[in-house]
Amino acid sequence: MTTFLSVGLNGVLIGLIYGLMALGLSVVFGVVRVVNFAHGEMMVLAVYGATILNALFRVDPILVAPLIALFMFFLGYGLQRGLINRLLHQAEHVQFIILAAVALILMNLQLMIFGPDAKAATVSYSLETFELGTIILDKVRVYAALISLVVAMALFAFFKRTLLGKTIRACADNLLGAQVVGLDYKHLYAISFGIGSACVGVAGALMSLVFNVTPHLAPELTLLSFVIVIIGGLGSMGGALVAGVFIGIVQAYAGYFTTPSLKSLFSFLLLILVLMFRPQGFFKKAF
Amino acid sequence: MNRIVFIAIGILVSLLAPLFLDKYVLSILILSLYFAFVGQAWNLMMGFAGQLSLGHALYVGLGAYLGAGFFVQFGLNPWLTIIFAFCASAVLGAFIAWLGFRFAIKGVHFALLTIAFAESARLIFDHLDFFGGTGGLFLPVKGGEDWNFLQLRGQPLMFYYVFLGATAALCLFIRSLLKTRFGYYMMALREDQEAAQSLGIDLLRVKIIAVALSGGIASIGGLLFAFYQNSLFPDHTFAMARSIEFLMGPIVGGVGTLVGPIVGALLLTPLGEAMTALLDLVGLDLPGTKHLFYGLSMLLIMLYLPKGIWPFFEGYITRLFSEKKKNNSHGDASRGDKGKKELAARVV
Repeated sequence: MTTFLSVGLNGVLIGLIYGLMALGLSVVFGVVRVVNFAHGEMMVLAVYGATILNALFRVDPILVAPLIALFMFFLGYGLQRGLINRLLHQAEHVQFIILAAVALILMNLQLMIFGPDAKAATVSYSLETFELGTIILDKVRVYAALISLVVAMALFAFFKRTLLGKTIRACADNLLGAQVVGLDYKHLYAISFGIGSACVGVAGALMSLVFNVTPHLAPELTLLSFVIVIIGGLGSMGGALVAGVFIGIVQAYAGYFTTPSLKSLFSFLLLILVLMFRPQGFFKKAF
Repeated sequence: MNRIVFIAIGILVSLLAPLFLDKYVLSILILSLYFAFVGQAWNLMMGFAGQLSLGHALYVGLGAYLGAGFFVQFGLNPWLTIIFAFCASAVLGAFIAWLGFRFAIKGVHFALLTIAFAESARLIFDHLDFFGGTGGLFLPVKGGEDWNFLQLRGQPLMFYYVFLGATAALCLFIRSLLKTRFGYYMMALREDQEAAQSLGIDLLRVKIIAVALSGGIASIGGLLFAFYQNSLFPDHTFAMARSIEFLMGPIVGGVGTLVGPIVGALLLTPLGEAMTALLDLVGLDLPGTKHLFYGLSMLLIMLYLPKGIWPFFEGYITRLFSEKKKNNSHGDASRGDKGKKELAARVV
């Protein structure tokens, strides 16, 4: 019974990181309406950033997460300004193929630079645990999950409360109306893409504490984010976070009852089920 | 007339060339033809019916594994399993299409679904011991066996002709398919879904058939190539990068044209292989170079030549032909014609 419970709790913790990762995708899709195919590749980039800084300076990935987020923000901003803003009026499949090309380029650049070996960050408390009665939770997972939650909440607040967040939501809600009142939508789109990328940056830094990551993992991460976003409802931010936790739990139990290498299969199965019975996802659009 | 001569020369060259080529070049030609074949199958779906698949490695891999697996386990003849593989992939394709298009949801969902299925297949085949699992599936290679066409065992030269024939047959098949009622349905769907629907075309049915056909054909390519390559690994066969490789040829050559996918594959595959060989020669070991090159060429083509290389050159080539015709005619018969034309030009 306790193992059963602790497997589930661990799933929740990992799921919160998944949720933050998917949130990044959800923001980009909700605002820019472009499917970011290079999402997993950006995630891997963030993970490698954190592990390399960790290996060089022995710094805690949690401490460098803001730095990586900042870097990813500018990367995302540049990508939107330089490439994706030009694609806005193209057919959907054109956008898709171009972003798949970007993903292929990023992945192989990473493969050339970082090599194919799995990397993870180590910190002084890597092996320490919290014990709640008989339930044992890794410290790194608890910290990573809490930070994911905090960042996600901060993001919700940003979109609800600040002026910048409201203008971005205006663009997402009605682009023509936003242009009429004089909003520079290209700039705002780029900021949204930057914010989405920054989410990925934080999620990646946190993930470096929990998983071994190789460049080959990127397509799976992209797909996982999509599964989460679709289950949560395309464009719904809260939905992405909740669905992330849900997928985390499903994967944890799937790994526990079958073999860990099969756990992703269950999230794909879930995607198929959702597309069969509720293709619009479980939450309403928030943008 | 000229065209026929040109085509005849092309056929003769492609039939005789491998006899004079070295082994390495031949292997690259086979690889290019394989990508041309699968690219053409993908093109049937994207280029003519307008439905994007990013997971064609699924059908290709399924064909490869079914053919090779039954051959290794039970010694079943590949020409027998090819029918089975075609049907299995077609049914799977139809199911995915039905799942994706039932609610007329946007293309995004469908493209994602194709990837999800390919990834699922990778994970499943990783755990199927019948097909060798992660360790891979190997076809027995007997030395000295020359040409055993009926068992698909033999020298690379045989596979060159197999792929040449298959690719040519596929092109002819699609060419004639496009002239049928169903072909026009597909193209109507590609051009404008709503207009097609308003004319009474059953969109779902056309989409399902197009995907099933494309998947089934792709699986034939996969099966044939498995017997040439003799080894299969789930992580390579069903990889996302594989799916992208399959759509490289059509995209660079020209989506929605008959010749484009062939041109694209015959151009890109040798370039990619040459690049790898060159790096090997220099002594650099950079595993991602080929795919980096593919990604870059895909990006540049999509941005600056979105219709692909072939439509760009097509006009130029047809002009060349008509020029030649003119030259010929005046060589054969009348100078007066040319004189008259010049006169007309001066008058104007």
